[in-house]
Amino acid sequence: MITLTVNGKATQIDADPGTPLLWVIRDHLQLTGTKYGCGMSLCGACTVHLDGKAIRSCVTPVSAASGRQVTTIEGLAESLLGKKVQAAWQDVDVPQCGYCQSGQIMAAAALLQAHPHPSDAQITAAMEGNLCRCGTYNRIRDAIHKAARGGAK
Amino acid sequence: MNDMNLQDPARRDFLKTTAAVAGGLVIGFYLPQKGGRAYAADAAPAKVYPPNAFIHIAPDNSINIILNKSEMGQGVYTSLPMLIAEELECDWNHIKVEFAPVAPVYNHTTFGSQMTGGSSSIPSSWEQMRRIGANARLMLVRAAAQQWQVAESECRAENSIVKHARSGRHATYGELAEAANKLPMPEHAELKSPKNFRIIGKPLKRLDTPMKTDGSAQFGLDVYLPGMLTVVIARCPVFGGEVKSYDATEALKVKGVLGVYKVPTGIAVAADGFWPAKTARDLLVIEWNEGNGASLSTPDMFKAYLEQAKTPGVVAHKSGDAAQGMKAAYKTVSAEYEVPYLAHAAMEPLNVVVDLKFDHCTIWTGTQSQTMDRNMAAQTAGLTSDQVEIHTTFLGGGFGRRANPRSDFVIEAVQVAMAVGKPVKVVWTREDDTRGGNYRPMWADRIEAGIDKHGKPHVWQHTIVGQSIVHNTPFEAFMVRNGIDPTSVEGASDLPYLIPNVQVELHTTHNEVPVQWWRSVGHSHTAFVVETMVDELAHLAGKDPVAYRLAFLPLKSRERGVLQLAAQHAGWGKRKLPAGHALGVAVHKSFNSYVAEVAEVSLVDGRVRVHKVWAAVDCGMVINPDGVRQQLESAIVYGLSAALHGAITLDKGKVVQSNFHDYPPLRYSEMPQVEVHIVQSQEAPIGIGEPGTPPIAPAVANALFKLTGKRLRRLPFDQATLV
Repeated sequence: MITLTVNGKATQIDADPGTPLLWVIRDHLQLTGTKYGCGMSLCGACTVHLDGKAIRSCVTPVSAASGRQVTTIEGLAESLLGKKVQAAWQDVDVPQCGYCQSGQIMAAAALLQAHPHPSDAQITAAMEGNLCRCGTYNRIRDAIHKAARGGAK
Repeated sequence: MNDMNLQDPARRDFLKTTAAVAGGLVIGFYLPQKGGRAYAADAAPAKVYPPNAFIHIAPDNSINIILNKSEMGQGVYTSLPMLIAEELECDWNHIKVEFAPVAPVYNHTTFGSQMTGGSSSIPSSWEQMRRIGANARLMLVRAAAQQWQVAESECRAENSIVKHARSGRHATYGELAEAANKLPMPEHAELKSPKNFRIIGKPLKRLDTPMKTDGSAQFGLDVYLPGMLTVVIARCPVFGGEVKSYDATEALKVKGVLGVYKVPTGIAVAADGFWPAKTARDLLVIEWNEGNGASLSTPDMFKAYLEQAKTPGVVAHKSGDAAQGMKAAYKTVSAEYEVPYLAHAAMEPLNVVVDLKFDHCTIWTGTQSQTMDRNMAAQTAGLTSDQVEIHTTFLGGGFGRRANPRSDFVIEAVQVAMAVGKPVKVVWTREDDTRGGNYRPMWADRIEAGIDKHGKPHVWQHTIVGQSIVHNTPFEAFMVRNGIDPTSVEGASDLPYLIPNVQVELHTTHNEVPVQWWRSVGHSHTAFVVETMVDELAHLAGKDPVAYRLAFLPLKSRERGVLQLAAQHAGWGKRKLPAGHALGVAVHKSFNSYVAEVAEVSLVDGRVRVHKVWAAVDCGMVINPDGVRQQLESAIVYGLSAALHGAITLDKGKVVQSNFHDYPPLRYSEMPQVEVHIVQSQEAPIGIGEPGTPPIAPAVANALFKLTGKRLRRLPFDQATLV
């Protein structure tokens, strides 16, 4: 049994310790907003926060999250910053197919947490690992700037 | 296992939806009976516009639009409801959307089956959806007029309310819906004049954005059923091969694995979650009969294709006399082109949930092709079509892959369900998805062209070599004419330019690799070949590429408008570019939309950098300008990913690429700025999901020629040759 705190809720998980956190979040907890895209930390669709930092849950064994705070897209709106990022996304109308957007938003929120007013170069550096096949990158950039202007702390 | 059964958001949502429909008092809804039958819909004659199959107005005034198209990012979830809402005169803020079940009433108006593709949703639904909205509005007005015993013409519908000005009476749509639903469908409700549009043409926000920013949008992968097993399959690494023998001893030792099954496409591992299924799948020891596909290697294939391109093919277009024209030409140029197989690589890998019972089969998947998938599933399971039900989820990208003309992923999942005997979710890993075939075909082209002594294009002889997408599919019978699959030559056999002698020929090749439509289909390759060669002719004639194109485009051609608009905004010929930058242009018509793109490029550390793209589009009347902009941005990135990086290659039949490290889409650092300009038009609206893709590769290639003097005739660009 592994004890995880996901979106503020402590949960006991019966899974092999090597199971990637992604599949515990999805298959065990059925929090389906976190997506599977590549399984190799190449696309960022699985991005969640571990103690506030953006990580790729597809390559993070669940054991590494034991006793720590996991935040998924479903829990993001609990923070003011999370709300602002989501609002900016809606304002710019970022998503198309939408599949990568949970990961994009989680990565952006972590970036804004670390750098409340990121430069374009900082956005590129922080977001480079998040792929979008619909090509929403420019809108994401706009949304991040918008969230920053919105006074995100 | 308990974890998995606790919650079932999928089913809960569907139950909720069904309950709402059944309990609604309204412009009801042709509620499909259990088993997917829509009795009323089956009886509906063609070319009628029954509002109650598409619109459900609840007593609380909320309006459910039943969407008969799949939402894969292209925006139909918003644009089709806009068409209905325009005529329905309803409150846009009260619109909700749900995906339609499979029934004839939801068929594509021209393809005769329920499907989404070919950039056809807007043109094929344009009249249908507005008539549906208009009929519903008229029924609501009629119901009000009857209740109030006043003339229908004195009542007006606005913002989900019917008003009678003289008496001051009014009623909401929710109040009128039940009475309206009892009225016969009107024979002819008048459509609004475009000058009175208040929704069409406005940049409305997408209705699916909120649920795509909080994780609640449901994709196929997000469907969980009680007792469902996750299945990962080992498929033969060579197309057309099959299992010779296998050993599942180690696989079966993985905790959580519940069974290993031989299925027609390979060996399927069923487990209580993805991770054990995938772990066990990778432990299978399988010996394959690889078959003839093992002889396929990409370099040899291109070599053979290019040899074939030198021989006469089936004539797809002939005007004037190309052979004579070559002799008479003042200057000629000859070029060979290679473009590779491409995977669609949607962010959501393929997946299907199947709940197969003795006399019923329920499928949840993100498909673009509901009717065909349902029928193929029925055939596979030995059921009748009306015993199969498909729930369409959001699609995490489609790009054509989820409209498989052989229903490959759905048939396979039904076969797995038959083997396992429990509800299953078949999940393709990224590697499975990349290596799973159904690619954009690889093509080799040869063009010989020439100009006369005034520099005018005089002759154009083009030979195309590659597989037919529709070969051995149900589409072959009605699409292939005189040995020509139109998707093989589209964009090449219908050149817009005035050239007196043109001949286009086709060699259709055959091999084991399954091929399929990929965003913009044949145009994804022909635009590259044609528009880079036109650029060569301009260069040969010593003319400016934009001026040269304009000189040989017919005066009334809509290519002219977009070409001029894109050139103007890019500052073509006027703006001083930064040192080391160059512009390139291409214009192409596909799916009846016209797009011109100008790309500004440079080389940064020997790598191609596209700084900005100016796109101009003429897609007729625009439903949602922001939707058009989104699709252009998206289509450009999709095409640019392929032009810079995309190639699926074979080595002794095995696909070399596997995941995003060796099949890399564009990332942030490579993303150009994109500026989209829309031609104002009163022509009928045209779809826009694909037409932005074809011009980007040639626009960038032409810019790179300007920059380096090197012609790029291969995709993806061989960037090493540029330095």
